[in-house]
Amino acid sequence: MLSVIRTREWAFPVPPARREVLRATPEADLGKPPVLFVPGFGHAAWVFAEHWLEHTADRGFPAYAMSLRGHGASAPAPKADLRAYAHDVAQVAASLPRRAVIVGHGAGALAAAHALARYPAKAGVLVAPVFGGPSTALRNPLICLPALFGGRLRLSANQLFSRELPSSQGRTYAKRLGRASRKAQWQLLAGRNPEDPVGDPPVLVVGSPDDRIVHDSAVRKVARRYGGAPLLFPGMGHDLMLDARWREPIDAILDWLEKA
Amino acid sequence: MSYTAGPTGFDAAAATAWRDGVPVYDRGATICVIGAGPSGLTAIKNLKEHGFGVDCYERETGVGGAWNWRHNRSPMYASTHLISSKPFTQFPDFPMPDEWPDYPKHTQVLAYLDHYADHFELRPHIWFGTEVVKAEPAEGDRWDVTTRGTAGYGSERIHRYAGLIIANGHNWSPKRPDYEGLAEFKVETIHSSAYKDVAQLRGRKVLVIGGGNTGCDIAVEAAQQAARCWHSTRRGYWYAPKFALGRPADQVNDLMLWLRLPLRMRQWLGAKTMRSTVGDLTRFGLPEPDHKLYETHPIANSQLVYYLGHGSITPVPDVKRFHRNSVELSNGEEIEPDLVVLATGYSPAFEFLDPALLNTDPQGKPRLALHVFAKRYPTLAVAGLLQPDSGLFPLVHWQTVAFAKLMRLREAAPVKASALHRKLESEVDRRWTEANVKNSSRHWFEVSHVTYLKAIDQLLQEATP
Ligand SMILES: Cc1cc2nc3c(=O)[nH]c(=O)nc-3n(C[C@H](O)[C@H](O)[C@H](O)COP(=O)(O)OP(=O)(O)OC[C@H]3O[C@@H](n4cnc5c(N)ncnc54)[C@H](O)[C@@H]3O)c2cc1C
Ligand SMILES: NC(=O)c1ccc[n+]([C@@H]2O[C@H](COP(=O)([O-])OP(=O)(O)OC[C@H]3O[C@@H](n4cnc5c(N)ncnc54)[C@H](OP(=O)(O)O)[C@@H]3O)[C@@H](O)[C@H]2O)c1
Repeated sequence: MLSVIRTREWAFPVPPARREVLRATPEADLGKPPVLFVPGFGHAAWVFAEHWLEHTADRGFPAYAMSLRGHGASAPAPKADLRAYAHDVAQVAASLPRRAVIVGHGAGALAAAHALARYPAKAGVLVAPVFGGPSTALRNPLICLPALFGGRLRLSANQLFSRELPSSQGRTYAKRLGRASRKAQWQLLAGRNPEDPVGDPPVLVVGSPDDRIVHDSAVRKVARRYGGAPLLFPGMGHDLMLDARWREPIDAILDWLEKA
Repeated sequence: MSYTAGPTGFDAAAATAWRDGVPVYDRGATICVIGAGPSGLTAIKNLKEHGFGVDCYERETGVGGAWNWRHNRSPMYASTHLISSKPFTQFPDFPMPDEWPDYPKHTQVLAYLDHYADHFELRPHIWFGTEVVKAEPAEGDRWDVTTRGTAGYGSERIHRYAGLIIANGHNWSPKRPDYEGLAEFKVETIHSSAYKDVAQLRGRKVLVIGGGNTGCDIAVEAAQQAARCWHSTRRGYWYAPKFALGRPADQVNDLMLWLRLPLRMRQWLGAKTMRSTVGDLTRFGLPEPDHKLYETHPIANSQLVYYLGHGSITPVPDVKRFHRNSVELSNGEEIEPDLVVLATGYSPAFEFLDPALLNTDPQGKPRLALHVFAKRYPTLAVAGLLQPDSGLFPLVHWQTVAFAKLMRLREAAPVKASALHRKLESEVDRRWTEANVKNSSRHWFEVSHVTYLKAIDQLLQEATP
């Protein structure tokens, strides 16, 4: 179903916001589509700048990583809702020179999925997608309870990374995490299903059976919704782009893009 | 891309058929789009997205249509700003940048369209400097399109297509009123299409005729720069400000639509808001509107009323006739301008097409279902032939998506497709306005955006195999 009449969006446009966008450019233009990385709640552009951004550019794709409003170096946005995050993604995607591939991680995958319904991406990749809904809250009560009361989603290093990542490194990463707005956290728990993507892009879902935040079955469910099976990387934590074996999933994603 | 590098080059061997002794190059399942303005661009993009090959012909050297003010026939003037705010103006799947204002300038709209063409890689499909001089039906619901270099350069060539989208715009062929004595009138008289820059008005005594958005914009510029400004309108209008209640006025309107307030309530609320902000315009000598709010194409202009209040615009009634050196008004008054600007609008024109193909009535109005689909010609569509009460681009976007889906349906479920087309044929005289719009030469293709989009939405659902 396409959404044609959008009086609410027309009457209440998302307020503008300044956004952080990092980029890595390949040495030569090989005609490959730009890849835009969208971090999850509490995460920001830097999580991709660690490894995936340069690696993607090295493989010939113009690579971009953004921070949603209220995250990283983007403008503060304590009142942002999920629609504002999706708007941020569509804004950055539409500003790129050519039709972009959108790669969203965690709850950023949900923002990306909402953006796919407002921008005809070349392709979509949902990494360890947190699509929310009450079951997310039940499965992760310790993480989600505080969020129900407006606190931050508490993510610790051992929930985010596998044991292969040196724990000091994991702790350093976890310390850099911020938080999403209360409203968006609420909306995540309430879990409104995104509309279908426009322009019928191919969508790939990637995850890990050992992710301690998103359950295997949730990843499969998202993959089914987009008509496929997920690509799984056993032994890895939720933050696949920061974990010790970060290279495997990004190579698989880029291989898929080259074939798609 | 140049004319000589057209879709098939000059290789006569590629011709598979002949028409009046001229070779016809068959482009197979490719669809032809006439014009690379906003409507043509979104047609190319959406056809591509649905897997069609597309050839687009554009008589100018760049994209953007009316918004490219370097184009010969562009109706834009240096100061043009949108009247529809961003959410209503942008394509529904390609947002305008956050950094831009609520009502971008025409140069920004052109930048947006240029970026759209690059982003979706549309330019390789466009043959610039190439004019369509004829489009005729061929057997099997196909179309023979005759092209030539713009301004007669080069020889004519015919290509055959599986479908045709006409996106040639309707704001370039001036509508010139026929006043008694106009031919003998000795004073410089231009149509607004020839108005480009405020320098043309500086120090002059200017009469602006017409109360559309163009007439109001030019009257405001004359108020700022000319020695005098008379503004002649033949009825009272609702001069809506660009901002109301702290936000773009069209967003207030859609707030009411979102709340599902019935039309009468919206007319009442809208009129009340206008009365309490803009005020009673008869104070300035303007006539009372002869219609309710939303019954004429909306005017969005905050400055006109401001300059009326400064006395720098003198409102005058309709022109009765022209004398050699003066203009006689319907109230008997005579004025002596030294420049007359006819801001009387534009008429649609399809010079390359037999009017019968669009089921054109004796007044020259095409009778098309949803203002898009022609009777008897299921592979023909007109895109952008609308006057919406909001921005045009989203409406044309969905028009072209619907056409692409119908073309696909013809392959997947031909019986269903022809049934759907028959249903469309029965709707050629249906109007898509909510309010009872004034009967004026410019209002036959006026549409209310939500009413219209509801109908398109329904068609999109029906066109799913
Ligand atoms: C002053 C002014 C302000 C406006 N402001 C707004 C606004 O705020 N919001 C809004 O939504 N709309 C506005 N409009 C309406 C505007 O016309 C549309 O936004 C839009 O430009 C229509 O796009 P189009 O592609 O249908 O037609 P056009 O923009 O006219 O493009 C048609 C193209 O087809 C080409 N063409 C025509 N005939 C042929 C042929 N035979 N062969 C090859 N090529 C051909 C032309 O060269 C042109 O490039 C405004 C119009 C005017 C005059
Ligand atoms: N800033 C902007 O974004 C902007 C600026 C200009 C134009 N536009 C758009 O461009 C399109 C064209 O606008 P436009 O203003 O050029 O034309 P228009 O909307 O057709 O308005 C023409 C005006 O001239 C009057 N008129 C027509 N024939 C006449 C005659 N014979 N004698 C006296 N008056 C006559 C009409 O009166 P009636 O009321 O009787 O019809 C109307 O007031 C519209 O869609 C408009 O919204 C937008």
